[in-house]
Amino acid sequence: MIWPLDIIIVSMVIICGIAAISIKDLLGAAILFGAYSFMMCLLWSVMGAVDVAFTEASVGAGVSTVFFVAAVFRTSRRSKD
Amino acid sequence: MRTLGLIAAFCLGGLLFFISFDFPSWGDALSPASRHVSPYYIEHSLEDTSVPNIVTAVLADYRGFDTLFETAVIFSAGLACFFLVRVSERQVPAARFYRHLATGITFRIEKGGRLPEGTGEFERIDSLWVPYDVIIGMTCRLVVPFIQLFALYVIAHGHHSPGGGFQGGVIFGAAIILFAISTNLRRTLKRMSERSSALLSSLGVLIYAGTGLLCLFMGAGFLNYRALAAILGVDQVAARSDGILIVESGVGIAVAAVMVWIYYNLSSAGKQDEGL
Repeated sequence: MIWPLDIIIVSMVIICGIAAISIKDLLGAAILFGAYSFMMCLLWSVMGAVDVAFTEASVGAGVSTVFFVAAVFRTSRRSKD
Repeated sequence: MRTLGLIAAFCLGGLLFFISFDFPSWGDALSPASRHVSPYYIEHSLEDTSVPNIVTAVLADYRGFDTLFETAVIFSAGLACFFLVRVSERQVPAARFYRHLATGITFRIEKGGRLPEGTGEFERIDSLWVPYDVIIGMTCRLVVPFIQLFALYVIAHGHHSPGGGFQGGVIFGAAIILFAISTNLRRTLKRMSERSSALLSSLGVLIYAGTGLLCLFMGAGFLNYRALAAILGVDQVAARSDGILIVESGVGIAVAAVMVWIYYNLSSAGKQDEGL
């Protein structure tokens, strides 16, 4: 485990997480959530859990982002609060 | 109310953060999990199941019961989405849009107007989103078969490398979703109908549970693949490896079909007529 890389990825995870819940644009939140999942995937693979990383990349960063985008497309793009 | 919620969230977060100090540190060889649980699988999984990937062996063999219910959870997610979102009656949209294939001119046909279906010269397009891009359509068409082939590889090669039913199924479903995004929902529904996605998702769970029941009928415990040795004509160790493959393909079928099914319902708001 290379610690500078690890710290960069962890801070990216935290930044993406906070940005995803504070942004008003729901499409942007969906994309930030995909970025969050991808950073988590990198973190899993850094820790050697390759199977979990693979699942995170395919489910979290791939299909769930598509589902969020489809839901935003059918509802509204602006958040109420 | 907002500040109360914020205080509650910070308290819970602080508590979780505080508890995390009691966890064994990452990769600690003296933690209970590394001393008592992991060594058993590391030492025995290859001779028990002849599967080099320990994660797959634990997931589908030693802890097969958990994975059965994980598959059931995915299946119920698809069912829940269907029951919540799907609109049962087929509503006729107020206006339909068609594109003349030869010239590219688009038409808007009001409700009650004569629809140019079946002539072969017109193509129906969505009212909200009208992409017409040769490059995107062609690229996705070329890429989709390779993604599907990769998905099958991930399922079949889960014994030796990272991957397995869940990941391969999701990738397979994503290939169909990519086709739906690059063309339109109606063309995808012609290739994989809603009925077949629902049937395939239940078939996947049925394959998994049926394998377990078959083991039960052969005189061993539920999901003890050793009992399949007589049917498959191999020895007991190879039977466990083959049982994992059967079960993983069931998971793959279920997950791929559920992903496509959820996408159909979400992207078309339950009407399954015009989608993303």
